[in-house]
Amino acid sequence: MSHDKKFNSGKQHLVYMANQIATFFTSQPGDEAAENVADHINKFWEPRMRRHLFEIIERGGDGLSPLVLKAADSIRRPQAA
Amino acid sequence: MCGTENRFVEEIDYGTPAVKSDKTVTLTVDGQSVTVPEGTSIMRAAREAGVTVPKLCANDMVKSFGSCRLCLVEIEGRNGTPASCTTPAADGISVSTKTDRLNAIRRGVMELYMSDHPADCAACAAGDCEMAHMAETVGLSQNRYGMDGANHLAPAADDHGINFKELDVSNPYFAYDPAKCIVCSLCVRACEEQQGTFALTVEGRGFESRITAGMDEPFLQSECVSCGACVQACPTGALQEKSVIEIGMPDHSEVTTCAYCGVGCSFKAEMKGEEVVRMVPYKDGKANRGHSCVKGRFAYGYATHKDRILNPMIREKISDPWREVTWDEAYAHVASEFRRIQHQYGRGAVGGITSSRCTNEETYLVQKLVRQGFGNNNVDTCARVCHSPTGYGLKTTFGTSAGTQDFDSVEEADVVLIIGANPTDGHPVFASRLKKRLREGAKLIIVDPRRIDLVRMPHVEASYHLPLRPGTNVAVLTALAHVIVSEGLFDEAFVRERCDWDEFQDWASFVLQPENSPEAVEKASGVPAELIRGAARLYATGGNSAIYYGLGVTEHSQGSTTVMAIANLAMATGNLGRPGVGVNPLRGQNNVQGACDMGSFPHELPGYRHISEDATRAIYESLWGVKLDDEPGLRIPNMLDAAVEGSFKALYVQGEDILQSDPNTHHVAAGLEAMECVVVHDLFLNETANYAHVFLPGSTFLEKDGTFTNAERRINRVRKVMEPKNGFADWQVTQEMARAMGRDDWNYTHPSEIMDEIAATTPSFAGVTYDLLDREGSVQWPCNEKAPTGTPVMHIGGFVRGKGKFVRTAYVATDEKVGPRFPLLLTTGRILSQYNVGAQTRRTENVVWHDEDLLEIHPFDAENRGIRDADWVKLKSRSGETSLRARITERVAPGVVYTTFHHPATQANVVTTEYSDWATNCPEYKVTAVEVSPSNGPTEWQEDYDAHAKKSRRIVHVEAAE
Repeated sequence: MSHDKKFNSGKQHLVYMANQIATFFTSQPGDEAAENVADHINKFWEPRMRRHLFEIIERGGDGLSPLVLKAADSIRRPQAA
Repeated sequence: MCGTENRFVEEIDYGTPAVKSDKTVTLTVDGQSVTVPEGTSIMRAAREAGVTVPKLCANDMVKSFGSCRLCLVEIEGRNGTPASCTTPAADGISVSTKTDRLNAIRRGVMELYMSDHPADCAACAAGDCEMAHMAETVGLSQNRYGMDGANHLAPAADDHGINFKELDVSNPYFAYDPAKCIVCSLCVRACEEQQGTFALTVEGRGFESRITAGMDEPFLQSECVSCGACVQACPTGALQEKSVIEIGMPDHSEVTTCAYCGVGCSFKAEMKGEEVVRMVPYKDGKANRGHSCVKGRFAYGYATHKDRILNPMIREKISDPWREVTWDEAYAHVASEFRRIQHQYGRGAVGGITSSRCTNEETYLVQKLVRQGFGNNNVDTCARVCHSPTGYGLKTTFGTSAGTQDFDSVEEADVVLIIGANPTDGHPVFASRLKKRLREGAKLIIVDPRRIDLVRMPHVEASYHLPLRPGTNVAVLTALAHVIVSEGLFDEAFVRERCDWDEFQDWASFVLQPENSPEAVEKASGVPAELIRGAARLYATGGNSAIYYGLGVTEHSQGSTTVMAIANLAMATGNLGRPGVGVNPLRGQNNVQGACDMGSFPHELPGYRHISEDATRAIYESLWGVKLDDEPGLRIPNMLDAAVEGSFKALYVQGEDILQSDPNTHHVAAGLEAMECVVVHDLFLNETANYAHVFLPGSTFLEKDGTFTNAERRINRVRKVMEPKNGFADWQVTQEMARAMGRDDWNYTHPSEIMDEIAATTPSFAGVTYDLLDREGSVQWPCNEKAPTGTPVMHIGGFVRGKGKFVRTAYVATDEKVGPRFPLLLTTGRILSQYNVGAQTRRTENVVWHDEDLLEIHPFDAENRGIRDADWVKLKSRSGETSLRARITERVAPGVVYTTFHHPATQANVVTTEYSDWATNCPEYKVTAVEVSPSNGPTEWQEDYDAHAKKSRRIVHVEAAE
């Protein structure tokens, strides 16, 4: 079972959380799901988390739901640390 | 305001409860004219006219009974001498309360009472016995009967002694001395009417009648829940606090607010010098209306427990013993470490955690320290792990991150739906108010995996209990909506007027989808479809319907969705915006509402204003003289993640024990271990302190001024009744830390000045001042120009956000699934006598009720595993394992096990996982797949942990340097 152990890394956890957000907004009406995902991440994810998310996306976005990838354009890029 | 002049808070006892009526009657009492609502007793009318009628068996908390025969009066034109407590006032009557005839009767009655009352009654001597007071009031000066013959005072050689009962000191907090009892039944009525437990009764008849607990058992063995209502009611000292017996009567008192659960009961802290004699519930307290539970009433002993740490301590490494230092050394050390770490690792490498147990003012200061002093937004609070989904869900749907009603509202509810809450254990005083309404005929629906007490208990029976599988709240709530929409039970007029009609229609089409039907949901939830249908019909059509919920709603991966599903139901049925209805989160900790209000979340400034709002930041930037970061900061789990990654290095934790209360203990420990400076500010060396480098002693709620905000948004005063044993209130410690870090603009001299700053910067608190709170007793926010004395019920006539927003709530099963290796679902909760991680209650006599966490398991599951009651069992999940004893019970369904998390030895959070709410990362405490197997005792990890904890608590005492 894929969930048979804890998340091996913070990154896996991040992918999981982003997908959870995407799952919720996918269920909502209208065609703004990607904007809503981005808005949620902009509002609640601190820059470090968003930086990690962009790193994952830049490496191909392995495991991320297509909606998160679509939302990436609207996610605020954190300033360099 | 913080004056030290001692006062004693006296409350008027009107003798019988207030009556509500549109009609009034006017009568005269001893020549005074008085107008009262029809149905009011003559006794109460007299008191309102300023005339006190002698009495023993009546008070204004319970219905009158007419047994003591002291309150007799004469009514012009009527025969006899009726009891004023049971005789209603009538228009035009003329009542006399003091005549020679009445005086003679009263003296006769008192003489009989006193002839069977111990001559050496300590309570009489102490002034805590109404008997002595009444004897004096009626002018009794003799006892012509003597003390011989049949009595209740002492065991007699002959059979006269049959009426004697031994003193019962089984309860740790109060004693029952039957010799002093006059069987007036006030205690029985208090137990029934105020508490709703029905533990007491009058046994026997005539001279043989006695008050007994349970089936004539000692109090401790009976079903008594030790709320203290009977002790408070007793007029004779038969039921008396042991503390009064030991210390004597109090000489001064202050009204303050309980520091346990989110009900926020008002108490009179009754003191003798610097010592608490007793906590007595305050009748004018608008949350509790004079009632209490065992925690607030009695469990304050932790405040003076020997484990309290009173001197600051530091150590280089967490493997070192603690070294006591002066406050100045401690502040200087923290300031230099935080400065070093920020210099070395960046501004964002430090943060703080505010406490839901501290005051609003203290919480405000911690977030101010983080935002202004540290220059980042890395501040979070324990609400992260409890009610953060409430904030998100209610803000999205209604526009305000808080419950909609006051607690009085339950008195007008016709149907009460409780989901994921166990009020008789978690919020006992609210539960008593609820049970009172249920006895008056309100209907009850319970949605909970466990058969909690409210499902069926004396004089309470839920119309529906939906025993759902943990993790299926959203499915069941959406199925309730399915029934309401498909059967046309929604309130179209309300929805059209108050909500977005298009969104409603979209939502309605969503809930009507076949996968949301009760029949479809039955498969996932295990709740029979007919129960869902019945409950939905009752909720939608039963009159005023109110929803109360707790952490069983929020602590799930769909916690926020569940809150929105609850909001949808209330909007669809028009159950918002008036008394008796609404959406009511039952908050866990005393000030979790306040901690959220005060800007404890990393993305929000006080008043729930997002950190990215330029105008809001500008308010604080100009006041604080710094530029604020516009990016959200780290939440607690992010801080721990970042610590493990190496980018987060220092944390100031005020009044929180994240190691014990947060999920996945191993991960929390790893995070803390990776930090270079952990500052714990607490009463005790808690579990988190095992990983701390600096310990700053905290103060209790008895030792400081401030405010707590309860679950109904009520801002209640906390008043200092003793000097802080550690020397300083928590707000002072935070202030000194800030000053040591160079913030010499921090010069608060009293918490009222902090509240003034909060009011000046936060629109929903604009009208709040300590003067207003002293005048009004308490106010519910929003409190501003539009609502100068606060807002008991929100969203009247329209929602705060404008139109109420319906949100689709698609059910997504949690990924924490049962399987062959972990076939059972673990869910967690509380019990009455303990509180949260138990740091306070474990240090009181409350341990007699609960001295260890137990694993509740169904007989079927137990038998399959060869587990007997009280056996040690191993509880294992994908995250970890722990051991505790089993309790076999049918309260849990087959396939579900349950435990509490009050004891650090158990460490239930070793087994909980890192799954969390999609919107807020509130951890999924309520669902963990586990296996249970027989075991010999504590696991190796528990033993290691215990050894580590003991080692890390070593203190090297140094002689104080002068």
